[in-house]
Amino acid sequence: MSIEWYIVLSSLLFAVGATGILIRRSPVVILLCLELMLNAGNLALIAFSRMVGNQEGQVFALIVMVVAACEVVVGLGLIVAIFRRKLPLDVDELRELRG
Amino acid sequence: MSVSFWAWLVLLFPLLGSIAIGLGFRVLPARAAGAIGTAAIALSFACGIAALVSLLGDEPEARHHASSLWNYASAAGLDIKLGIFVDPLSIFMVLVVTGVSTLIHLYSFGYMESDRGYRRFFSYLNFFVFSMLLLVLAGNFVLLTVGWAFVGFASYALISFWYRRATATRAGMKAFVINVVGDIGLVLAAFLIFRELGSFDYEAVFAKAPEVFAVNQWTIVAICLLLLLGAFAKSAQLPLHTWLPDAMEGPTPVSALIHAATMVTAGVYLIARTHVLFDLAPTAADIAAFTGLATLLVAGTIALVVTDLKRAIAYSTMSQIGYMVVGVSIGAFSAGMFHLMTHAFFKALLFMAAGSIIAAMANRQDIDAMSGFGKAMRFTSAMFLVGALALAAFPGTSGFFSKDEILAYAEARGGMYLIFTVLGYVGALLTAVYTFRLVFRILPGTPCNPAQELIETGQVVHAEPENPATGEAEDTEVGFPGPEHHIAERSWPMKVAMGVLGVLALVGGLVQVPGVDHVIASFLDPVFEDSPLLEVHPTVGAEWTGLGIGGAISILGIALAYFLYVAQPATPAILIQRLRPLHTLFARKWYFDELIDLLVVRPALAIGRFANRTFERVVVDGLVSGTAETVRGAGGIVRLVQSGFVRSYALLLIAGFAGLALYFLLASS
Repeated sequence: MSIEWYIVLSSLLFAVGATGILIRRSPVVILLCLELMLNAGNLALIAFSRMVGNQEGQVFALIVMVVAACEVVVGLGLIVAIFRRKLPLDVDELRELRG
Repeated sequence: MSVSFWAWLVLLFPLLGSIAIGLGFRVLPARAAGAIGTAAIALSFACGIAALVSLLGDEPEARHHASSLWNYASAAGLDIKLGIFVDPLSIFMVLVVTGVSTLIHLYSFGYMESDRGYRRFFSYLNFFVFSMLLLVLAGNFVLLTVGWAFVGFASYALISFWYRRATATRAGMKAFVINVVGDIGLVLAAFLIFRELGSFDYEAVFAKAPEVFAVNQWTIVAICLLLLLGAFAKSAQLPLHTWLPDAMEGPTPVSALIHAATMVTAGVYLIARTHVLFDLAPTAADIAAFTGLATLLVAGTIALVVTDLKRAIAYSTMSQIGYMVVGVSIGAFSAGMFHLMTHAFFKALLFMAAGSIIAAMANRQDIDAMSGFGKAMRFTSAMFLVGALALAAFPGTSGFFSKDEILAYAEARGGMYLIFTVLGYVGALLTAVYTFRLVFRILPGTPCNPAQELIETGQVVHAEPENPATGEAEDTEVGFPGPEHHIAERSWPMKVAMGVLGVLALVGGLVQVPGVDHVIASFLDPVFEDSPLLEVHPTVGAEWTGLGIGGAISILGIALAYFLYVAQPATPAILIQRLRPLHTLFARKWYFDELIDLLVVRPALAIGRFANRTFERVVVDGLVSGTAETVRGAGGIVRLVQSGFVRSYALLLIAGFAGLALYFLLASS
């Protein structure tokens, strides 16, 4: 099986994730889409790693997973905090930081 | 123990005292602060004595020691050490400074007792003594400048000691600014010396100078004139003298210590210390001598008419320093230093007695309001009289021997220098008249109200919280002398200090009587042995002739003052009427303040105003607010992007990355 299929799948996943971030307003879904994009990257990394024949790409994929886990912790924490303060769970409503 | 060990200890004690009192001012009891301050200076004096004994153990030719603790700055060709130079001249100054300071600290212990700033006062005073000792012990021009500037600061802090008084702070600023003018002269002179001779060290400079410079070459004259600028500012010689009379705003012990006995003689010390350079620049030395002469005459005439007691004594200080400057500039080094010593004794004594009288007058200093203190305060009056006799060079007192030695030397040099002898005697007549004008106005006569009250009830008048100079009401919270005052009759520290100085002022001159002994000269002369001027010696006969003339002039002056102020008290008023323009000239202090105001202060203010209006407001403000406006405008544009919509940020991010990816794809294909 050639590498192209892996790359195409990875790109599709990435595009789905990016689109989800752009069009959805719920922070939970946005987090899910972020995960999707990260895992698209992981897939590409592992595919290339197999193609080249060494393990560096796989190590990177592991690091990305760790980072993703951390990011989810922070993101979910934020979401819980938003919920607790009875703020709307809608990123368009939360625009305190406009310049 | 070596000489330099003791000299370092001399420096150490006042510094420790100042730091200890300064840090402990909240916890120390007031008396303890005074005791620490006085003890520190007394210890320093004891170490000075030890250094003297140790120095006398050496051969007269070998009596100079340089010692350094560490390198202060060391770079290519530059080698400045934290070093001191000990020789008879510096030890002489150390002994005069620490000796008189000890007594004045003792006096302050009693005199300042009710002052709110008692601890601050002693911390400043110890710092001053440290700075002055640093100045006289410094082994190179850099450390000399440091001591010079420290002394200027200490003087500023002590003049403005009662800092809620507008007149006091103004006087402090005036003194500081004029002293800084002198500092600039000293610093420039040091730079010029370094450029020409490649060293700041006294020993190296003085050894090299005769090889490098021809006599009266313009560089050496310039160096000496710059040194003189420093010396004149510190020693209150024309035209940089206007700060000294104003400096009398400080407490009286400060006037006695700094503005009579020690700091103002720093210029005399500087000229004596750098006599090697002045020997190579006779023109500069002559300029110095003539300035000294002009100062002694101008100050003498002003002292004739001033009605403020402390200011009158201050003008007499200027005048006496004029004698010293004449002495060390024409080559009468040991005579000049001798006069410095005796002057320190009798002038400090006069100020102390004046302080006691001013305390009894509840801060008033106007001699027109004083009379009859002879009955009210016997001890103070006796001491005032002793000081006045020594100042007027009455035969047998200390001033008698020291002043005439300078004039006899000028006569022995002959030629042009005879002017100094003749006008010096004119100055001596002025001295006797103005001194005994004070005596006859204050001591005899019917007692004035405060004196009467002192005789009848034994009460010293309480002072109202008001500025004695302007009469305006004062804050009694801080920086206020306190309502109580202390007179010598009631305070043993003041009495002891004045008694010791009184004895010294009377007999201090006996260490150097022509034809009998010459302690000062034989001690100091090794320092000046390389000077060609040391060859000049007045004969013993000529000196005694001079002493005879001086004594006669002194008695004549006192008699004249007696005639004017006691026998015919109406005469001064008539004289003032007849000689109205002259009186106005003297009373307005020869218009020096107005002259400096016109030539320096007003142009400087005008330049400042111009710079403020034109340059500051238009150019600087334009640049600054222009920058601010530009940044604000740019920020306004960037603000539009910050909409607060997270998704639009994400869009921008993705679009940006997509754009970059596109660019690289296109670039690589």
